[in-house]
Amino acid sequence: MKNDNDSLKRRNFLTNLTKVVGGIGAVFALIPFLSTMSPSEKTKMAGAPIEIDISAITPGTFKIVEWRGKPVWVVHRTAEMLDIIDGKVDYLADPESSTEMQPIYAQNKYRSVKPEFLVLVGVCTHLGCSPLYKPGENKELGLEWKGGFFCPCHGSKFDLSGRVFKGMPAGTNLEVPPYYFASDTKLIVGQDRAS
Amino acid sequence: MSKFVAWIDQRLPVSKFVKNHLSEYYAPKNFNFFYFFGSLALFVFILQIITGIFLTINYKPDAASAFASVEYIMRDVEWGWLIRYMHSTGASFFFIIIYLHMLRALMYGSYKKPRELLWLFGMFIFVLLMAEAFMGYLLPWGQMSYWGAQVIISLFGAIPLIGESLALWIRGDYVISDATLNRFFAFHVIALPLLLFAVIYLHIAALHTVGSNNPDGVEIKANKNPDGTPVDGIPFHPYYTVKDIFGLAVFLTIFMFVVFFMPEFGGFFLEKDNFVPADPLKTPEHIVPVWYFTPFYAILRAIPDKLGGVIAMGLAIFVLFLMPWIDRCKVKSIRYRSSTYKILLASFVISFVGLGYIGMQAPTPILTALGRTFTLIYFAFFVVLYFTSKNEKTKPVPERVTMHE
Repeated sequence: MKNDNDSLKRRNFLTNLTKVVGGIGAVFALIPFLSTMSPSEKTKMAGAPIEIDISAITPGTFKIVEWRGKPVWVVHRTAEMLDIIDGKVDYLADPESSTEMQPIYAQNKYRSVKPEFLVLVGVCTHLGCSPLYKPGENKELGLEWKGGFFCPCHGSKFDLSGRVFKGMPAGTNLEVPPYYFASDTKLIVGQDRAS
Repeated sequence: MSKFVAWIDQRLPVSKFVKNHLSEYYAPKNFNFFYFFGSLALFVFILQIITGIFLTINYKPDAASAFASVEYIMRDVEWGWLIRYMHSTGASFFFIIIYLHMLRALMYGSYKKPRELLWLFGMFIFVLLMAEAFMGYLLPWGQMSYWGAQVIISLFGAIPLIGESLALWIRGDYVISDATLNRFFAFHVIALPLLLFAVIYLHIAALHTVGSNNPDGVEIKANKNPDGTPVDGIPFHPYYTVKDIFGLAVFLTIFMFVVFFMPEFGGFFLEKDNFVPADPLKTPEHIVPVWYFTPFYAILRAIPDKLGGVIAMGLAIFVLFLMPWIDRCKVKSIRYRSSTYKILLASFVISFVGLGYIGMQAPTPILTALGRTFTLIYFAFFVVLYFTSKNEKTKPVPERVTMHE
């Protein structure tokens, strides 16, 4: 009788062990299936970070590059431009960039890592048109205009940090993509430094 | 013939199955208007499968050709417009039917003991159906398909830590793209319909185990004839097959009228922006989901915080699963319940419809305030019900259903 009990115990143990091992196997078997749904190599390549040489972008100029099918602007701001950003901002809707339109490291009034370099996705946050870079004062764009980005489609105005003016069709500031400086002349767009 | 049937029955008990589930399946004899919607839902499900199969014959799940292939079905495929409009109108009617079916359960307490599992299966069907409809809406690859999906999938991004990677995994790309369209097609035409089929089977199996509730909320099995059949029951066939076929005829009259004369239903069933091909660089003026999602969309927008909104929206659906345990009143039917429950249910229905309206509109300060009020009422229904239902003042429930000679 004792013998029977022992063999029953052994059998239960083996049955449970089989369940556990089989269960673990089944979970691992899920991996290839679920992985097919991740972005493919081709997709990853098309969305890979891009490298921009910024040595040729002199103070006051800007450059447009394409990233994931969208225009990305790199603006080299002058000291005067930074002074304007430091100045009165009561005409801006979100001067502190409290809406999440930028990585955490660009959540400041310059909306950038290095104050002189501004990196933005050049797509209007209203209906996706691409705004125009209009540096300097311009009476046609109003007395408050001290340079910035103007969307020709529906007239949204953004300042030199890509911050939207009050009462514009666009509701939020322009988007800042993830980026970092690999060196003094090399800018990587599409990736945070950490990853 | 009977020899043939006997031959079959020896190998597969078909006659016994027909008896158990049709000719000797007893249903309460006092069913009313609200009891049409179960069989109608099953009919529309089959209709969606059939029209869906014929649509896949000409549809191309490819971002470059999807929009054009739908227009091809509409213009060049013989009768293609009819199949497509039946499918798109069927989706909206499916939700009308399901919402009325669920309201019926809330009115007559059809989720209460012993029908808790029946209700849970029903809720799973509802959730699967929402996923099915959402993925199907991407397939025409119109502006609203594209941007609606963009908005909904980016909601997953609000989940802390894993959110962004989860959204990326669902899309298979950094934006909604060909990869997304392709997988949504796979889910829409095979994965979810198979799951739906399985859960609908379980829903009906559970129903036939416990039997139908009825407008009086009386258990007919408690009162039996000497031969063991319920006194207040009648065989499903022929009595309710005939009733359901009549309901189906009325339904098809209305349904086909919409299919023939107003398939877009003024932009409710097929949104105007969806007649423009998807353009990833141009957001439509005002993105709205199709009408059947708008109550939940309004709850999402009512909460000023993104994550909070997503949680509230998820909770709005999840809390319905718990109905059998939230409503602690022993009396099932609204006919014998307190005026408190009547007022609660009425305000719940009003807030649901109100949220549905608000979800379709562009947000204004007044509508946002109204949306928040309705959201509050929506959730208050469950909270207040939990506390009031335990010791509710109910009317006496009759021994038998109220419709007997």
